[in-house]
Amino acid sequence: MSRLKVTAALVAAIGTLAACSGGTTAGPEGKALSGQTVEVVGTWSGDEQQRFEQVLSAFKDKTGAEVRYTPAGDELPTVLQTRVQGGTPPSVALVAQPGLVDQLQQAGSLIPLSPDVEKLVGDHNAAVWKKLGTFGGKLYGVYFKAANKSTVWYSEKAFGQVGAEPPKTWEDFLAVGRAVVDTGQAAVSVGGADGWTLTDWFENVYLRTAGPDNYDKLAKHEIPWTDPSVRKALETLAELFGDPRLVEGGGAGALQTEFPKSVINVFGEPPKAAMVFEADFVASVISTNTKAKVGEDAKFFKFPSIGGSEDAVVAGGDVAVQLKDDAASTELMKFLASPEAGRVWARLGGFLSPNKDIPAADYPDDVTRELVQQLVDAGDNVRFDMSDLAPAAFGGTKGAGEWKALQDFLANPADVEATVQRLESEAAKAYQK
Amino acid sequence: MTVAAEKPPAGSRAGRGRSPNLAVDPTPGRSPRQAVPFLVPALVLLAALVIYPLVYSLVRSFFDRSGASFVGVGNYVNLFTDPRTLTAFKNNVIWVVVAPALVTGLGLVFAVLTERIRWATAFRLVLFMPMAISLFASGIIFRLVYEEDPNQGVVNAVVVGVHDLFSDPSPYPGAQPRDGAAFTAAEEGFTSSQTFTPGTAVTVPLVGFAPGQIPAGASSASLPPSDARELRGVVWLDVSVGGRSGALDRGERGVPGLAVEAVRDGRVVGRTTTGNDGRFTFPDLGAGDYALRLAASNFALPFRGLTWLGPSLITPVIISSWIWIMTGFAITFIAAGLAAIPRDALEAARVDGATEWQVFRRVTVPLLSPVLLVVFVTLVINVLKVFELVFVIAPGSVQEEANVLALQMWQVSFGTGGDQGAGSALAVVLFLLVAPAMLFNIRRFRREQS
Repeated sequence: MSRLKVTAALVAAIGTLAACSGGTTAGPEGKALSGQTVEVVGTWSGDEQQRFEQVLSAFKDKTGAEVRYTPAGDELPTVLQTRVQGGTPPSVALVAQPGLVDQLQQAGSLIPLSPDVEKLVGDHNAAVWKKLGTFGGKLYGVYFKAANKSTVWYSEKAFGQVGAEPPKTWEDFLAVGRAVVDTGQAAVSVGGADGWTLTDWFENVYLRTAGPDNYDKLAKHEIPWTDPSVRKALETLAELFGDPRLVEGGGAGALQTEFPKSVINVFGEPPKAAMVFEADFVASVISTNTKAKVGEDAKFFKFPSIGGSEDAVVAGGDVAVQLKDDAASTELMKFLASPEAGRVWARLGGFLSPNKDIPAADYPDDVTRELVQQLVDAGDNVRFDMSDLAPAAFGGTKGAGEWKALQDFLANPADVEATVQRLESEAAKAYQK
Repeated sequence: MTVAAEKPPAGSRAGRGRSPNLAVDPTPGRSPRQAVPFLVPALVLLAALVIYPLVYSLVRSFFDRSGASFVGVGNYVNLFTDPRTLTAFKNNVIWVVVAPALVTGLGLVFAVLTERIRWATAFRLVLFMPMAISLFASGIIFRLVYEEDPNQGVVNAVVVGVHDLFSDPSPYPGAQPRDGAAFTAAEEGFTSSQTFTPGTAVTVPLVGFAPGQIPAGASSASLPPSDARELRGVVWLDVSVGGRSGALDRGERGVPGLAVEAVRDGRVVGRTTTGNDGRFTFPDLGAGDYALRLAASNFALPFRGLTWLGPSLITPVIISSWIWIMTGFAITFIAAGLAAIPRDALEAARVDGATEWQVFRRVTVPLLSPVLLVVFVTLVINVLKVFELVFVIAPGSVQEEANVLALQMWQVSFGTGGDQGAGSALAVVLFLLVAPAMLFNIRRFRREQS
């Protein structure tokens, strides 16, 4: 009898499951696209790849189209350009560098988004994201995944030792830093061996000292890097970098510290510094490399306001662009623009979306919810990572361009003049091409 | 019948082969017409995989980034005026001058030394093993070996270990008097800018040290009562939650075992150490004005080793890892050459009374010189294309200082938004640099064959 009941329950459960999945698959169009194949290229590998593949399998369930995902890692620009030149572009690519999208658009390799997708982008995102996806006057890109690069992560224990509260302003930030220094730790650990962490420092300070309008101009190189606003931002940054006690290891030590190490310096044992600035992905570095618990031992605050600046977020993100003009590709772009796709990944964690219609409850924990909240709240004060907007020769090359110039600045923060001169000469070379 | 009918042709074929006055080439393989079909597959492969890319690189190097417009020698001019490329050149010169010679020398020494030991093959095998690891993986290994943090980098761990054998670590590394307190830093330590007379009690707030690391015996700090004949004071760690800076707050503990000196007219006239409550006393200084000094030995930062991966040492460090990898290669070749040396030449020299050193200098090395030259030249070619080691070992902040041509070529072509015109120009230059060494090797092979 009881066995029968269990079996019956199982059958019922399976029935319900089947009903559920049936509910999601049998849309109004049915499986209109079955038999068609879409190829997607992106940077994600490992865990992120698995999660993204779940998003894609939701698309398959919905439409019946086969989706093949190829991870290209950091070599994505090379892979994509080679394939486009070779005449075999993927259907859809997720690109982290808007500069690359711009290049592709100018070469005529991209398909403008259909009005349906355009409406979805407008409905679900702050206006700034639509602007960021627009190239040459037309909307080409859907921002699917975003990164919040305006977070300072701190060790609860180090703050507790001096009774510090998360600072709201740059002055408070430096004061907390000095208080931490009294306890024998450095205030911040800077991953200066990786140039991109330094560009993120600069961008956050610049967005606050010079404002979003100047930020846009500098990103397009409409004002030179010798502009007084750049000097001011560097001088502000020098208040921190110029004090060897505030920066773990001083400038020279920071230049030997890679980004993961800078996180471990704060949350590992023994801790060497109290704070580390970088994007939301610091959380995953903390949980894979240290015993600290994100949300308990490791917390974050917004990059402090400077001189009363408004809330602003420097963001990064992966923008989906369409390279093939067929029904299945268009349908996939539509899917990626809808909250539905983002919700799949949001539930799996490690994902922020600029899409404001993904319910907060879908994100797995408070930290993620807060990160998304900041991003959504900053509204049109979100600016895309400037170094990713710049030509790669300037903003994205190890040991060259902006990276190297800021590394030299970290080694010698007093020399603002030499830094702006070098930045400008490198920028002039990179932007003219 | 049929059997008989079939036989003659077979016989005539056999006869044709032997007979010189028939139409077939008497020396098979010399006829171009016969050679062509055999050569075609190889030629096609060679043309597709070597000649076409070579020629195309040359052509491409005269065009701009997009490949659409002809820029003449523009790319080459840019190349020789770009400071990054010039650094790469400079480093390549250092590499070529230092690395192949060192590896050939080491290979020679090891090959000769291991020639007559019992486990020579096993020993050589061990030295050869690094060759079996990819350069990329070796690079990652050496990146860790030279890591600055002595807890991770084995080289610095050894350096620090040896250093610490000879000098004791200081008790309070990195601590210093609070900024507000009037002490100035100098080589000997922190000296008070103010002077004190016996009968005063001085407060010295310290910061920059973790409260948890104060020795367990420390007790809470308080100002000692003044005594007319004695100069007294307290040194304490001025760090606590909600504590006032420069004031003795509840829960703030004294700093025990700290060396304090009394200084008069620049000379140290008294020396004492603080007790568990951080108090110190100079009992018999005599009347007068004294400055206080906290000896530098209290605060010396622990020795952390050298910054191997910093801008000044990076190229030697990468060369050292390359030597580790390539020495096995040199040993193997030289040992093979050594085995081929006629024994009687060595024996004759020994019989004539030559010392082992003379035998090595005057017999072994001259007889080996053709092999040594081949090894050296091969290594020069190898050095000119070194790429992975620099890419992996040099942190981003010193990549420019460590740059070499092959890496620069890759970065220009693919790393920085793809200027394949400039990249091709670099490739051509690199080819021109390697070419003499290649030609030399080819000539040698030819001579050996003839």
